[in-house]
Amino acid sequence: MSDPSEALASAKAAADRIVKVKRLNACLTPIKELRKSLVAQASAAHPSGVLYGMPVAVKDNICTLEFTTSCGSKILEGYRSPYDATAVAKLKAAGALIAGKTNCDEFGMGSSTEHSAYGRSLHPFDKTRVPGGSSGGSAALVAAGSVPAALGSETGGSVRQPASLCGVVGIKPTYGRVSRYGLVAFGSSLDQIGVLGRSVHDAARVLSVISGRDPKDATCEDRDSLRLPNVPESLQGFVIGVPKEYLPQDLDPAVRRACDRAIRLLRELGAAVREVSLPHTAYAVATYYIIAPAEASSNLARYDGARYGPRFNGSEDVRALYRATRGEGFGPEVRRRVLVGTYVLSSGYYDAYYRKAQQMRALIAQDFRNVFDRGVDLLFTPTTPTPAFKAGEKLNDPVAMYLSDIFTVTANLAGLPAISLPIGRIKGLPIGGQLIGQAFLDDEMLEAAYALERAVPPGEEA
Amino acid sequence: MAGAWETVIGLETHVQLRTLSKMFCGCSAAFGAPPNSNVCPVCLGLPGALPVPNEQALKLAVRAALGLGCTVHPRSVFARKNYFYPDLPKGYQISQFEQPLATAGSLSYLSPDRGIATAAIQRLHVEEDAGKSLHDRFPKQTAIDLNRCGVPLIEIVTGPDFRSPQEARAYLLTLKQVLEYAGASDCDMEKGSLRVDANVSVRRAGETALGTKTEVKNINSFAYVEKALTVERDRQIALLEGGGKVEQQTMLYDAKTNSVRPQRSKEESHDYRYFPDPDLPPLVLHPDFIEEQRAALPELPATKRERFTAQYALGVDEAAVLTADRAVADYYEAVVHAGAEPKAAANWVRTEVLADAKDHREALRVPASSLAQIISLVKGGTLSHQAAKRVFGEVAERGGEPRNVAEALGLVQVADTGMVAGWVSEVLGTYVTEVSRYKSGETRLLQFFVGQVMKASRGKADPKLAQRVLEEKLAS
Repeated sequence: MSDPSEALASAKAAADRIVKVKRLNACLTPIKELRKSLVAQASAAHPSGVLYGMPVAVKDNICTLEFTTSCGSKILEGYRSPYDATAVAKLKAAGALIAGKTNCDEFGMGSSTEHSAYGRSLHPFDKTRVPGGSSGGSAALVAAGSVPAALGSETGGSVRQPASLCGVVGIKPTYGRVSRYGLVAFGSSLDQIGVLGRSVHDAARVLSVISGRDPKDATCEDRDSLRLPNVPESLQGFVIGVPKEYLPQDLDPAVRRACDRAIRLLRELGAAVREVSLPHTAYAVATYYIIAPAEASSNLARYDGARYGPRFNGSEDVRALYRATRGEGFGPEVRRRVLVGTYVLSSGYYDAYYRKAQQMRALIAQDFRNVFDRGVDLLFTPTTPTPAFKAGEKLNDPVAMYLSDIFTVTANLAGLPAISLPIGRIKGLPIGGQLIGQAFLDDEMLEAAYALERAVPPGEEA
Repeated sequence: MAGAWETVIGLETHVQLRTLSKMFCGCSAAFGAPPNSNVCPVCLGLPGALPVPNEQALKLAVRAALGLGCTVHPRSVFARKNYFYPDLPKGYQISQFEQPLATAGSLSYLSPDRGIATAAIQRLHVEEDAGKSLHDRFPKQTAIDLNRCGVPLIEIVTGPDFRSPQEARAYLLTLKQVLEYAGASDCDMEKGSLRVDANVSVRRAGETALGTKTEVKNINSFAYVEKALTVERDRQIALLEGGGKVEQQTMLYDAKTNSVRPQRSKEESHDYRYFPDPDLPPLVLHPDFIEEQRAALPELPATKRERFTAQYALGVDEAAVLTADRAVADYYEAVVHAGAEPKAAANWVRTEVLADAKDHREALRVPASSLAQIISLVKGGTLSHQAAKRVFGEVAERGGEPRNVAEALGLVQVADTGMVAGWVSEVLGTYVTEVSRYKSGETRLLQFFVGQVMKASRGKADPKLAQRVLEEKLAS
């Protein structure tokens, strides 16, 4: 596409498709504002860009000049960022159109998009179920066919988990592959912007555009943007490890069947598949739920009502202002994590929790290196232990909710690239399989994902 | 009975690094801009913004650390210090905690009590400044200025090594010299670019265990360092002598009343929950980078002082005055290199030059070569010392070549025996009584006659020649 009239048509069609799925509560941007902005963006977009005219929705915790950036939170209701996140600026420079802000769990904390101050998003195939989270709005919009791709963000699986539950592709690149500048921080050492797409290719070409060095982010690697791999004829020469800890005895049999089929397909594509072990996997969720809240407790300290965002009653005294604003502005899950994080960083507890968790994190990362050092190129696992669950099912049981990230948090703890792609359906609900790659070999991981995607019959029951 | 007590003081000094931009963003670090004008998403702590370290600040911090004899660590870690305050937009300050930039340095200074003393520099770390809360700008409201937020600082922590408020002050002045020499900071307390907190305790003379300490804050100028610490020391001694106990707390100094008061518990620091800042990778400094900073360091005051005493045969005090300020030291050497005799040059710089600089915002207005010329005109007998001072003042005000200036002012000494003899005759003719007194043995009147000749010549007569002619005439 390089014709301005086509971009305009694309913009209008995207707006129409987003309106059509309004009931999903996936897009937080008011439709009038969205339509007006899309049209304006289409006429301003540079026709030579590689994503010219492509509508890309953006998770509400990524800063954009267009629309508000509320992070699914009441504490940032109506907040407008004075700058674009680097990833967003790169999308615009490539001619893409920012197609609204998508619903998410507040500040990315959650796995169902039920922890949004703006109401839960619905699963596009079953309104009684959740689309996953925290990037649930992005996943639902892509799954509903409203946009070919959307930006999400991950701290412990928030792109891959909803991708799995909604039957789309979700990529979390290597930590440092995409600038975090403008991604509202949750757990900075784990956070990474990711992409949800209809296909590996849609997600990959967006990832390629947003990746690469950024002088504004000291944790972003000084590397060129990601090279898009070719779709390989076969996976000859690839060694794919299947960590036994990810296929436990009590795994949902249907999920196991879907995985077994995917593994068979990988073999048929020419890959050598081996069982491997990542012995510290059992500690991953506990480790994650110390480190992520610790960083969150500090990252979210800035929301105090003093400088931006709404103020709540109690503004006569600064302490009262803080208490009222943070007490009412944050939802229960955010408050829970801020409290946990504050606790684990407190003097007297730091060594027992935070320091120990960092040590465990190093061991988990070492597990992966050990496997990769022994000639394994990639790992294959299920993305989630179950397909989409019912709304409300885990809302009052935080630990059950946390366990839905059990197969995804390790890639964040180890900073590795990972992708979820559909590997079948269970009673009509999609389920995803996950490939975990080696650090900064995102392209190799995408190559295998292209091949597997082509081989899997996605609509087929497992 | 203050004599029975020993005072123990340790200092934590925050020094603003002399950079154009802030520690973690590109905003100007300049002092005095309109409130909240030097700000951006990063230093405002807006959602999504991230810090990136300022390399120039790191260079200056390393130079300061090397100037203080510290070990600079090839790997240090930025950490977050978490606390809530309206002038701290992120809710945490980026600092360093478990792994600071530098440790184990020392600084020697001239103690008024003990001669040369040495303070241990326990650590030196890099951090960002907070904003400023203005409580007196609007009635019943607090205004926040975030211009200072994110300005680069180093914190320099000494051991409990000072035994009197006077020593603490002497150390600070020496620290200031070193940091100014190193180009790390302008150390201007008025602008807040050097701030001091002190840990103070007292113990019975001869005790080795430390007493309970208090932290004294809000010492805003060099003049108050001694006062604030003295007040706190005296308070502690009075408390202990009255049978009381010193409570470990933070005391705020009030310069207006010259007193300290405990900080309200609300203002007290709580648990800062330090942890490594995940937005900033560990600070890894290449050995070459550290060596480059070492090479960029000028000769520091202590070394320079020793060299001056040896090379120019100056006294220690004299050398100390000349090396206190790098610009003055460089100026002195320029005067010597332009041919002036070192001792005479030292005298001139310590007196006329520094006095003039003090009155003219530290400007060294007379070029070094001109001063050297003035000194040589005195030495060659062309100018009297008095006349030379006038020439110096004139050159300072209006410039020009000293010799031309002296001639224009008619200050060149007359060494012509005939002319001098004329003034001598005039004087001897006027003071007949004194002449007879002299002749009857009151020879000390000779200086009186010289003075009168100088007066008659309006300062132009060469005093030595005048004296010789006088002696001759009076002897006849």
